[in-house]
Amino acid sequence: MRSRARDIAALALRRLVFAVPVLCVVAVGVFLLGAASPFDPIHQYYGVQIFSASAEEIAQAREALGLNDSLIVQFGRWAGGLLSGDLGVSRSFRQPVAQVIGERLPWTLLLVVVGLVLAVLIALVLGVLAAWRQGGWLDRCVTAIGHALEGIPPFVLALVAIAVFSLSLGWFPVAGLTDAGAEATLGQVASHLALPALVLAVSQTPWLVLHVRQSLLTALSEDHVTGARARGLAEHVVVLRHALPTALLPFVTLIGARVPELVTGAVLVEEVFSWPGVASAVVRAALAVDFPLLVVLSLLATAAVLIGSLLADVAAAVLDPRVAVDG
Amino acid sequence: MVDQWRRVGRARTGTPRLVWGAVTLAVLVLGAVFLPWLGELDESLIHYESVRLAPSLEHPFGTDAGGRDLLLRAFAGLRVSLLVAVLCAVISTVLGVLIGGLSGAVGGWPDRLMMRFVDTLNSVPHLLLGIVIVALYRGNLTAVVASIALTHWTTVARIVRAEVLSLRERPFIDAAISGGASRWRILHRHLVPAVVPQAAMSAVLLLPHAVWHETALSFLGLGLPPHMASIGNILAESRAAVMTGAWWVVAFPSLVLIATTLAVSGLASVWRDRLVPRRRSELAL
Repeated sequence: MRSRARDIAALALRRLVFAVPVLCVVAVGVFLLGAASPFDPIHQYYGVQIFSASAEEIAQAREALGLNDSLIVQFGRWAGGLLSGDLGVSRSFRQPVAQVIGERLPWTLLLVVVGLVLAVLIALVLGVLAAWRQGGWLDRCVTAIGHALEGIPPFVLALVAIAVFSLSLGWFPVAGLTDAGAEATLGQVASHLALPALVLAVSQTPWLVLHVRQSLLTALSEDHVTGARARGLAEHVVVLRHALPTALLPFVTLIGARVPELVTGAVLVEEVFSWPGVASAVVRAALAVDFPLLVVLSLLATAAVLIGSLLADVAAAVLDPRVAVDG
Repeated sequence: MVDQWRRVGRARTGTPRLVWGAVTLAVLVLGAVFLPWLGELDESLIHYESVRLAPSLEHPFGTDAGGRDLLLRAFAGLRVSLLVAVLCAVISTVLGVLIGGLSGAVGGWPDRLMMRFVDTLNSVPHLLLGIVIVALYRGNLTAVVASIALTHWTTVARIVRAEVLSLRERPFIDAAISGGASRWRILHRHLVPAVVPQAAMSAVLLLPHAVWHETALSFLGLGLPPHMASIGNILAESRAAVMTGAWWVVAFPSLVLIATTLAVSGLASVWRDRLVPRRRSELAL
């Protein structure tokens, strides 16, 4: 057993080492995209004042900013800054990038974690009930709604949720983190969090719920479940203790693999609900061609995806002794 | 290899889904082609006398903040979305078939390197990468198409590569080689025809994805310019209208969008069930 634990640690380490070249390639790729962009960084530096600056001043600024250096020198300077913790300054927020992320990342994590937990809970309850009574009315509803929801973009869900729950019923506030000017107290944040987290959860649920249903159906027809039934065990023991654990192993991997969609969902949901997280900062940075912030946010999202799949693989290896860890 | 096509034509699985999908899609496409033309929609005109009218006989979908008929606008938007999606799906498929096919046919270290690159590209969330590309080359159709095509070819490349790898081991390829067929002949007589059904199917599966992607970008204000309004642009404009209680401004364009993506992915799933009978369909969105 000890060697198994060591193998899993080695797997995690190997994956972390593999993450380094991936992040480097992404950084170089985004930098090259930026370098080939028709947007001149000098315009970003000056903003509207470029019209009142003389050609000489612009040339000086260009020299001072190092824009005349070769691409490799510029990349080296930028990557060196990144490695030494200097992430640059965001123009659209007029703050250092590190500060923007420090202020906004916790809110995104809160939204995404609450949304993911809700999605997993909904998926488990509905998926188990649907598979348990396969072909029943609940099963047919869950399957139909699941397939339909897959075709509905999160921002449409968000707009509908605002129209119904905020404007018609008045249950939840429309947008933001708190009421205008209010302190970020627990009650304030919780009431503002409810609707965006629910929309994010519902937009992620279809894949999860259909997957739980499908793999539980497979598990219910396996020999050990028939054996448990033959021994006369209670139905809930058979489903929850014998069938569900084997059905959930691939589910863990699926959750890890859905981090990219979770990031996408967070971008759209945060934007509609004016949630002050890093995902809505992506949109603001993109509209302002805020390159330093865009790069760091891309790297952050990539790291999140890699960590998600690493955690899922480690969890699968810990939970299931049959999973090979040497690959 | 032609019997792959015949199998799809003869199989009977999913016929109701096929009929529903085909009818819905036909109605939507006909609407997108003919409605804006018949209704003589002029997006640049603002009608002050008919701002935000609720649905009525004259305006079945109501009107928007500029007093324009939403039925016409939604279908004009659908036309733009579909054109962009078809363009993206074709480009991604061609890229994917070329790269995946070459990678699988060459094998060895170029293949391993290419697959590592595909893995890397897939670890950046696609919408985010799309946003970065559109932000840096903003303001036109090319940027949007490039941002979608460049993030979606990887799926096709993976499928085609796997197909080529499995084909290489088949006896009929061995037979062709021992029969003295040239590399070129094996490629265009044996490999390409065998890969085409898979590639065509992944192109169709990419369509709803591309529509979705374009709509999301336009909704965020990073997509198509306002003079070629897609459904995403219309929905972005309607955010303010929702706050005043004009539900139809969101409801009808969204319904057109959702019906389109569901119809296309329903058709694609029937096709996939018939082509690969073992696998149950899961809508790929």
